[in-house]
Amino acid sequence: MSMTHVAENRPSAAAEAMERHWRSLTASRRLYSLGGLAGLVAALAASLWFANETSAGKFFDRLPYFFDFFIDLAPRDWVEPFRALFDLASPYDDGSLKYDYPEGRVDLIAGFYMPEYFYKMLETINIAILATLIGLTFGFLGSFLAARNTAPGAWLLFFVRRVFDTLRAFPEIVIAGFFVAVLSLGPIPAIIAIAAHTVGALGKMFFEVVENADMKAEEGLRAAGANWMERMRFGFVPAVLPNFMSYFLLRLEINVRASTIIGAVGGGGIGELLRLSISQGHEAKTIAIIALLLVTITAVDQFSAWLRRRLVGDQAFEFGR
Amino acid sequence: MPALSASDRIRIAEKHGDLLRAPILKRFGVVIGAAACVLYTLYCWWFFSIGSVLQRADWSIAGAYLADWVSYESRPDIRFRGNHLDVKFPRFDPFGEFPEVDWLTAEKSLITPDALEEKSGGGAASSAGSFMAPGAPSGSSAGARSSADSFMAPSAPSSSNAGAMAGAEIVESTPRELVTKVNAAIGDASFVIVPGRVELVRGATRIVFSVDETNGVITDRPLPDWIEQKAPGAIARVYLGIPGRVEIDDDEVSVRHRFLGWENFIFDTDSPFWGKSVGEVAGLVFGGERLDPKRSNLALAWSNILNNAEWQHGDVWLKLLQTIVMAFVGTLLASLVAFPLSLLAARNITSNRPLNWLMKRFFDFQRSVDMLIWALFFTRAFGPGPLAGMSAIFFTDTGTLGKLFSESLENIDDKQREGVRAVGASPALVQRFGVTPQVLPVFLSQTLYFWESNTRSATIIGAVGAGGIGLKLWEAMRTNQDWENVFYMVILILIVVFVFDAISNSLRQRLIRPQGSA
Repeated sequence: MSMTHVAENRPSAAAEAMERHWRSLTASRRLYSLGGLAGLVAALAASLWFANETSAGKFFDRLPYFFDFFIDLAPRDWVEPFRALFDLASPYDDGSLKYDYPEGRVDLIAGFYMPEYFYKMLETINIAILATLIGLTFGFLGSFLAARNTAPGAWLLFFVRRVFDTLRAFPEIVIAGFFVAVLSLGPIPAIIAIAAHTVGALGKMFFEVVENADMKAEEGLRAAGANWMERMRFGFVPAVLPNFMSYFLLRLEINVRASTIIGAVGGGGIGELLRLSISQGHEAKTIAIIALLLVTITAVDQFSAWLRRRLVGDQAFEFGR
Repeated sequence: MPALSASDRIRIAEKHGDLLRAPILKRFGVVIGAAACVLYTLYCWWFFSIGSVLQRADWSIAGAYLADWVSYESRPDIRFRGNHLDVKFPRFDPFGEFPEVDWLTAEKSLITPDALEEKSGGGAASSAGSFMAPGAPSGSSAGARSSADSFMAPSAPSSSNAGAMAGAEIVESTPRELVTKVNAAIGDASFVIVPGRVELVRGATRIVFSVDETNGVITDRPLPDWIEQKAPGAIARVYLGIPGRVEIDDDEVSVRHRFLGWENFIFDTDSPFWGKSVGEVAGLVFGGERLDPKRSNLALAWSNILNNAEWQHGDVWLKLLQTIVMAFVGTLLASLVAFPLSLLAARNITSNRPLNWLMKRFFDFQRSVDMLIWALFFTRAFGPGPLAGMSAIFFTDTGTLGKLFSESLENIDDKQREGVRAVGASPALVQRFGVTPQVLPVFLSQTLYFWESNTRSATIIGAVGAGGIGLKLWEAMRTNQDWENVFYMVILILIVVFVFDAISNSLRQRLIRPQGSA
């Protein structure tokens, strides 16, 4: 009865005000969204223009030549990349480096050799693993000092966090370059650079894990009179270890890529060879290296993903939430 | 509460030993893992021959390079020329070529030079020679020095064999204003240098070095441990710690005076504003006479700052902006492309298994081709510059973001979609209102995360030629002399990374929080 009454008449003043308010809220929200979008589009357009202006080659001038690289990359026959990959003698060998594949063989024992690219790939992977291990060690030790619920002192927490922040943000290339100047070219500058970044990155992820850990075990140990060391060892480590390992593996994936890149700027390993062979136009070698990299990185990713899923389940893939 | 007696416990342990004893792997897992890590580290130690590399490393160089990050050196040479002295600052000295500094003062008097003199061109060349190869270890032998000089400037006559050179121009012997005494204060030590004699006072120590070409450098007493002289008569090196060092040789005294800070950070020595105080520069800029009739002083000052020869502010800022732009555009375009592709890849959105599989393998491929390979490829395609860098980031991250997006899509709650479908919405509207509100915050958050991390990685792919500040950093490091420039760029990068970190974190928290509280 009263419903029909309301429906027949105009809405009450309160309802009208509410509707007006809702409309204005929606309108302003839409305005913000549109404004933000317009700002983004403008920034994108300006950035694209700027990038095009300051590049050596302009986008539309270079576009017709875009696939030249692939055309240049075609080897003389399709067995060549395999010969390059396994350091077998090439029928096109004319004494130049371009076709002299056996030159790079790494002799193991009499009669057996390791193809150069496999050796360099092993070097790159070793760089990544060692650097990640160093990062794991220091990140592990530091994370208990930097987590709010375990830190022995507030100043220590602050200090360790700032160290992590700085190591994370510090450009790897500068650390590598500095140690190249001191130690000369080679893999060790790359290890130091990647390890430094990894300490910062893992340390941050680790202390976040520790902060989210269940405190009950720690409380029990505290009640039993355990000291700080014992509380960390028996109260936290068992709880956080699977997550730590998961992040460790994730970092390893990233570091295999990073060590390739650092290699290209003087850190040794396969990255250096890739850069050289591309710049010298050795197409078969380039294809061999790219294929090897593709296979290795995919294998490392798949293996790490499988292991992480076993360690922490699907949680390992909830990334950025 | 009933308690187990000791015998009960033993009986249970005997009966169900497997329950009470955890498997070996579980009990010693951490120990085994740690041992494996240690073994692996030892293997790497051998593989990379880390020990020998660390041994061969020149750690004193490391100290000098690190000092260069925050300090600079002035390297004047004071040469003995018979009865007078010749003070030379290198051409690119932080204080300029002809500076007036209070830590090194020269007293002049009107005398007749007794030594043969070169024309100023020869002098400059030989001082440049000693600047390029400062304190050559064999500096005490005149032959080695003159050969070093003639290597740098083959035609320049050097002091020891000037007389033998027929074409050498010799200045007439008339009385002139010449330097006869130099006072130098370096750190807590002070030097008084007169022809043939150097007097050093530091605290209570007072040492006199007598210098001549035949006997070399002779001291009047045993030397303290901060002065190094291999043999009587040989070159004497005075180490004064951070403030610098002084090398006394039989024909010259080379000074290395180190100062904390960045030299000529705003104006270089060629600028008319160089060496002026803030007040003076401000006075000139706002209402002084025009220094350059073609433009205002403000424009001149700004262009001098941007084109500072030592610091290259304009170029550094441009390259830094390129790096930022590379990360921004690369990530943004990647997320825009990855979004529709991820809809095709997600099993619950597009029910076409072969297509899902194909899209996922495509993402995997893009991720697995290293950013380095993309960077090298696009550097070939577009030439060095940010276009190459942003394309590399775009291609790698389309794969990564596509994979993450499709995984988030497959994990969505189906109830919202069912609800929208139940009221009779078209398939497009089901996606719009049933799916998008759930995943959009996650997508945005993931994109922001990659934007932030790409800002960091954009630095490094720049070094292979893909644009941005990476190459500039690398070049500055290769010379081993511009470590202060490296530090300057590092500070700029750190600021950018921290600022972007903060922006991205606050935006992400805003995106995530409403979802978390719901």
